[in-house]
Amino acid sequence: MSNLSLHGLMALVISRDLTLAMRRRSDVLTTLIFFVMVVSLFPLAVGSEIEMLRKMAPGVVWVAALLASMLSLGRMFSADYLDGTLEQMLLVPQSLSMLVLSKIIAHWMLSGLPLVLIAPVLGLQFDMAGDALLIMVVALLLGTPVLSMVGAIGAALTLGLRGGGVLVSLLVLPLCIPVLIFGTGAVAAITDGMSAAANLSLLGAFLLMSLLFTPWVAAQALRISME
Amino acid sequence: MLEVTNLACTRGEHQLFAGINFVLRAGELLQVQGANGSGKTTLLRTLCGFIQPLAGDIRWKGQSIRVLDEEYFADIAYLGHLNAIKDELNALENLRITCALAGNSVSDSVAIAALRRLGLRGRETFPVKVLSQGQRRRVALARLLISKAPLWILDEPLAALDVSAVVLMQDVIGEHLANQGMVIFTTHQSLDVAGVEPRRLQLS
Repeated sequence: MSNLSLHGLMALVISRDLTLAMRRRSDVLTTLIFFVMVVSLFPLAVGSEIEMLRKMAPGVVWVAALLASMLSLGRMFSADYLDGTLEQMLLVPQSLSMLVLSKIIAHWMLSGLPLVLIAPVLGLQFDMAGDALLIMVVALLLGTPVLSMVGAIGAALTLGLRGGGVLVSLLVLPLCIPVLIFGTGAVAAITDGMSAAANLSLLGAFLLMSLLFTPWVAAQALRISME
Repeated sequence: MLEVTNLACTRGEHQLFAGINFVLRAGELLQVQGANGSGKTTLLRTLCGFIQPLAGDIRWKGQSIRVLDEEYFADIAYLGHLNAIKDELNALENLRITCALAGNSVSDSVAIAALRRLGLRGRETFPVKVLSQGQRRRVALARLLISKAPLWILDEPLAALDVSAVVLMQDVIGEHLANQGMVIFTTHQSLDVAGVEPRRLQLS
């Protein structure tokens, strides 16, 4: 039997993916710059009416985050698929679901986490209040991993297809709508003077549900794509 | 021992092969032969468990590979058409990571020794993207020197290799068979392992 522990496998896959990304930083940066650009376009396009900007800020940030995460989804498995590494990964003598989860975690650290970190700066552009900024960051922190996890299923299903990038967005975007609704709802609640707890709890519930099911589903999808 | 009974596979509507039967015991070498498109790669990928056969059974040590799953994966080393190496990493990093994924964590010195045996002395820390096709194949083959898996499934292992590397691979395969290993491979070149008569499986 193999002497590879589950913990060792996850650490190995995550560190491998992070090393690869550090050797090719442009991929990470393009997602981030896309996010910043989309968010910054809105004040220019709709005018500088401060009340309106403040009101639409969370929605703009969330939609931009959603689009930016779609942009990076194609990269989750495709490079490994093209050079044959994915074949070797399917033969890893450990749980494929956990391997997929590790790849999702690495993908989130490279595409979701940078968005979460830069979002408060963008929020300031929209003159968001301090407590609203804080809630927005917490909501993004809970919501962006869900985007990566649900996206992993789409990315696995569309592996090797022509025009897979667009197809992934069509498959995954509708499934991400609940995250969008409760993510923006959390910030709206706080600006309306109510508690954001309900929205955040629901986002947390989404996160736990996806943690439980999506790695397994994505692993099955990978096996189908590799046939 | 690998037992294959009555194996059949289709790709789309097209039937590639049916009624494949063989038993492979420790120390045996099996060469899968056939024209282009006769299903050699599909057969090897089916043996790895990537493809569900249409009919038939693949048993490893008496149990179906579907049941064994991860236990079976620990016992095989697969080398496909694609080398499974990353351009961004150097030869040493590539080898260490792929071996670690297969459950063999090795030290730098062991990995360097494997790369040197395959003629990559001085290239160990070169980024793989500057290596030639043949050298990349050698990096991928170095995995076999470290692997502890008894069953090797090799799809065109000699592709892009020069004459000296082919001789080396014959030695490596010979050693593996002498250690009670098993090898299934496809090739269009001739591969003569000293003292072992390869069994042949012809796909039509």
